[in-house]
Amino acid sequence: MEYLFEKWFALCAYLSVFITAAIVLILIFESWPFFKAVKLSEFFFERQWTPMFSDAKFGIQPLLMGTLMTTLIACVIAVPIGILIAATLSEYVSQKTRQWVKPIIELLAGIPSVIFGYFALLVVTPFLQFFYPDLPGFSLLSAGLTMSFMILPLIVSLSEDAIQAVPGHLREASKALGATTFETIWKVILPSASSGIISACILGVSRAIGETMVVAIAAGQQPNWTLDPTEPAATMTAFMVQVALGDLPHGSIGYQTVFVVGLTLLVITLFFNFLALRFRSRMQRFS
Amino acid sequence: MTRSQKRKVFNFFMKLVGLLSLALALIVLLSLILDLAIRGGGRIDMDFFTSFPSRRAGQAGILSAWVGTLLVMLITAFLTILVGVSAALYLEEYSKQNHPMTKLIELNILNLSAMPSILYGLLALGIFVHYFKLGASLLTAGLTLSLLVLPIVIVSTREALRSLPSNLKEASFALGATRFQTLYYYQLPSAMGGIMTGVILALSRAIGETAPLITIGALTYIAFLPQSIMDPFTVLPIQLFNWLSRPQAEFHVNAAAAGLVLLTLTLALNLIAILIRIRVRKSIKW
Repeated sequence: MEYLFEKWFALCAYLSVFITAAIVLILIFESWPFFKAVKLSEFFFERQWTPMFSDAKFGIQPLLMGTLMTTLIACVIAVPIGILIAATLSEYVSQKTRQWVKPIIELLAGIPSVIFGYFALLVVTPFLQFFYPDLPGFSLLSAGLTMSFMILPLIVSLSEDAIQAVPGHLREASKALGATTFETIWKVILPSASSGIISACILGVSRAIGETMVVAIAAGQQPNWTLDPTEPAATMTAFMVQVALGDLPHGSIGYQTVFVVGLTLLVITLFFNFLALRFRSRMQRFS
Repeated sequence: MTRSQKRKVFNFFMKLVGLLSLALALIVLLSLILDLAIRGGGRIDMDFFTSFPSRRAGQAGILSAWVGTLLVMLITAFLTILVGVSAALYLEEYSKQNHPMTKLIELNILNLSAMPSILYGLLALGIFVHYFKLGASLLTAGLTLSLLVLPIVIVSTREALRSLPSNLKEASFALGATRFQTLYYYQLPSAMGGIMTGVILALSRAIGETAPLITIGALTYIAFLPQSIMDPFTVLPIQLFNWLSRPQAEFHVNAAAAGLVLLTLTLALNLIAILIRIRVRKSIKW
């Protein structure tokens, strides 16, 4: 009996390895027929992604550009503000204020992404159109901006943890030498907490890359190779949702492309997760 | 101004900038929520909860959506507790620390927790829907979401177990209890608060997940209630997405109302988790 329970517990623990393996294998397996039919050179260098047209083109670039643009906008806004807020929370405000602000921020981190999609479409876009009337109803800018609100709580919360982990004596030593709080933050705390903060930011980036509903709702549906944030363009995740909303017979070209785009997304996120883990383990070694 | 005065002024300036960004971020996020409440609040009445979706925005409701959400959450909770707690027990109590296999599992759990949710949807589409032929059913949805939130439950259960004092565990062993008896009679009951916190947080994540359920092929328009776990379904976030993607403004009001319900549920789950955590912390008197 005991033995059976132990085996069951072990099985559940190994399940996590099976899940990862299954995700990788299923994506490769289902994309295989696609890569047999489409040359890799077309996949990487073609600038059009039109799998449903009669004259189908299979270049991943436009979808990659969409993801890159929204992620870039989100991070350019959320990373500096996030670190600034984390440092403020940890070093400038009183212990008491921090104790009630931090849970609120963690609560905000739990808002479902589809609700942020609502904000993007019905609040942020009209707000931006007020200043820039030519902005279309769907745009990379609006989706990216909304995504920055979404990843901000995550970055603040994780960076603040990293800053809190900096040993107190470093802080005190710096202040004893006459440094102001800002100089202590800038020259002592941020460098010491850098591994943890970088890991927090990479997790934010990885979250933005994989974020689906905001871009599916507010960034637009057409793959569009563009560097202009005011244009609509589909991201990798938005494309997957759009195709999945239609009928997906097993083995059809639509079915295959979803897995191909998924595989691309997997490779990119695995890379960023690996980076975040590297920085995290460095932080643990430090403290 | 002397140099030291300049430094102090700059310090003060940066403090101001930091506080302003904090206040601004909170204000922006809270006013977005307020906007949702104002736009959707007026639309919520009894009929909204007891009507099926409709082509006429004024008569549409979320009956099939909230029933679907409730059923999917029940399945997810059952599976997650069963598998997640077991996995945590193994990692914390049975496995050899620093064994390469244990390290591999831990690395995997970290990696899985940062995986985009839509990839879980693709996994489920390939395996549950097409290989096991479960279709776009409640069961498939429950399985998919429980895989998605498994890391949350595993990590919080392990933390709950680790925070128990080890002397009571050793006392139990010394009295001749086996590892399983110790788990069953001492560790699990004592760690229950921490475990429940993790499970509730996991559910609050699962309740808002949209993308993986769209990927497995959940329907967006359902005017009947599921009769078995193999029936097709819809959930609140998908209903919200469906209303949002229509051009008419009346449907956007419905979307706001559905969003308000969803947000309330999510925040309520989070609050319950926080309250349990505070209670657990207070009740510990070893």
